[in-house]
Amino acid sequence: MGVLLKINNVSAGYYKEDVIKDISLDINDGDFMGLLGPNGSGKTTLLRLATRVLHPKKGEIRFKEKNIFGMDLKEFCRNVAFVSQEVSGDFSFSVMEIVLMGRIPHLKRLQFETKTDLKIAEDALSLTDSLHLKEKMLDELSAGERQRIIIARALAQEPILLFLDEPTSHLDIGHQIQILDLLKKLNRQNNLTVVTVLHDLNLASTYCNRIALLDNGTIFKEGNPEDVLTYQNIEAVYKTIVLVQENPVTGKPNVVLVPRDKLCRQN
Amino acid sequence: MSVHFKRLLVLSLLLFIAIIFGLIKGAVQIPLTNLLLKDSRVILNMRLLRILTAILAGCGLAVSGIALQAILINPLAEPYLLGTSSGAGLAAVIAVIIGVSRIYMPLAAFSGAVASIILVYNLAREGKRLSDKSLILSGVIVSIALSAVIVFLVSLFGNEAMHEISWWLWGNLQVYDYKLILLVSIPVISGIIAIYIFSQDLNAISMGEEEAIHLGIDTQNIKKILILITALITASLICICGIIGFVGLIVPHMMRLVVGPNHKVLIPATCLAASVFMVACDIIARTVFAPVEIPIGVITAVIGAPVFMVLLKKGKRV
Repeated sequence: MGVLLKINNVSAGYYKEDVIKDISLDINDGDFMGLLGPNGSGKTTLLRLATRVLHPKKGEIRFKEKNIFGMDLKEFCRNVAFVSQEVSGDFSFSVMEIVLMGRIPHLKRLQFETKTDLKIAEDALSLTDSLHLKEKMLDELSAGERQRIIIARALAQEPILLFLDEPTSHLDIGHQIQILDLLKKLNRQNNLTVVTVLHDLNLASTYCNRIALLDNGTIFKEGNPEDVLTYQNIEAVYKTIVLVQENPVTGKPNVVLVPRDKLCRQN
Repeated sequence: MSVHFKRLLVLSLLLFIAIIFGLIKGAVQIPLTNLLLKDSRVILNMRLLRILTAILAGCGLAVSGIALQAILINPLAEPYLLGTSSGAGLAAVIAVIIGVSRIYMPLAAFSGAVASIILVYNLAREGKRLSDKSLILSGVIVSIALSAVIVFLVSLFGNEAMHEISWWLWGNLQVYDYKLILLVSIPVISGIIAIYIFSQDLNAISMGEEEAIHLGIDTQNIKKILILITALITASLICICGIIGFVGLIVPHMMRLVVGPNHKVLIPATCLAASVFMVACDIIARTVFAPVEIPIGVITAVIGAPVFMVLLKKGKRV
């Protein structure tokens, strides 16, 4: 397993303030990595850096040894795709038009989509279990369906590395599991490397093989779920007391929230 | 796609009808058979050129409107948003006041338009970055300031100037120099083609700027290129027909309701619809109060607004 994306001593931020402070992180081929951390700890900024939206002030990011900002943008986007938290923009596009946008990095200007591109878009829709929505317009869909369409668009880019920013935050638990099961399947069967910001510690524990816990722009702890999701780490970063048990089905850590008044009574 | 194809066909048919009417109607109505006779050759040519000017202006303004609405992610964007109209207007007013010959008026208007865009662009620039909001704001501010100067000058120098100037400020399709029309058609047509080449990029940008970057689109560069192209189109058009409002704002929105937001279909549909709209408005402008001609900008506003409201109320996708 080689290193796919190497983040090297990167600092970045908006205006004068640094949101990311000298972070180094390796993403390996085949990883299913979770980025955790409290609000404002720099998770989204880290994703914006890794997908070339934001330039680092210091340090560099290498994709397969190549500095990502030196790569041709379309070449980069043929390898790396991004799924945002929520879909924005014009909702009167049809589902197929949206998914076909994922083919942009593969097409030259003036080149129209071929049958192959249509086939790839349809395959991406079937993978996300939404081929039946193909003719619909985006504003006719539910939040969960929209999220699946945006994932399908990212898959149509045929990336080997997929970043997601809280892909499940607007979804009910049924849809949350559905999306993460899908990502796990792609990770295993198609060897897609997945890096996702998650808020739910237990979802991260269940699905990720590696977790990076961010705190105030630095990586507080990085490793497998058992090492990262301890009650000490969680208390230090989230300033919250929790109980960590073993999930009886998966054997992974299971974080149980403890309300403050219960704590007082025990003391 | 076949649905869209049918709609494009209907629009082409409408354009054909509009052109025929445009040829027949005028200060004097001439039946089509007589028009083709040798004696009316001059009138036929004049009307044909006028129709071509209308089509050129309609397509140029409407497609510029589409491009700006997409890259600024703002439905209110229109071709004159970045200050071209007031810059050209002011230059024309000054030209009239200092008594520049009418032959040089287009040149004056063009330079005024270009100067105001350069001003707006530089006001909005933050280093190498270009932000949508500051672009729109500086466009509005420059327009307001220059308009104030126009009104000041007109009130100072009286009525004769005003009459000459209304030609620029409200638009006119009168043909007085066919060579100029040919010259202007070069940047306008190549500009429209260039914008069409960016269709898929415009689609992606209308989903949000960051989304577009994630799809491999260099949004900052594309914005700059498209602002340059739309500025060139509008500044060139101002030379031959003054300022014609509304077309660039409402025809794109009308067509979004009819064919959807995909620019690959939207741009050709808008070209056809804008052509029909302009030819029809021009027929009204020159026939209703003949021999007096109404500035076409008045007609586009009077017709455009209600038509748009009806479409907005009836349209499913808004």
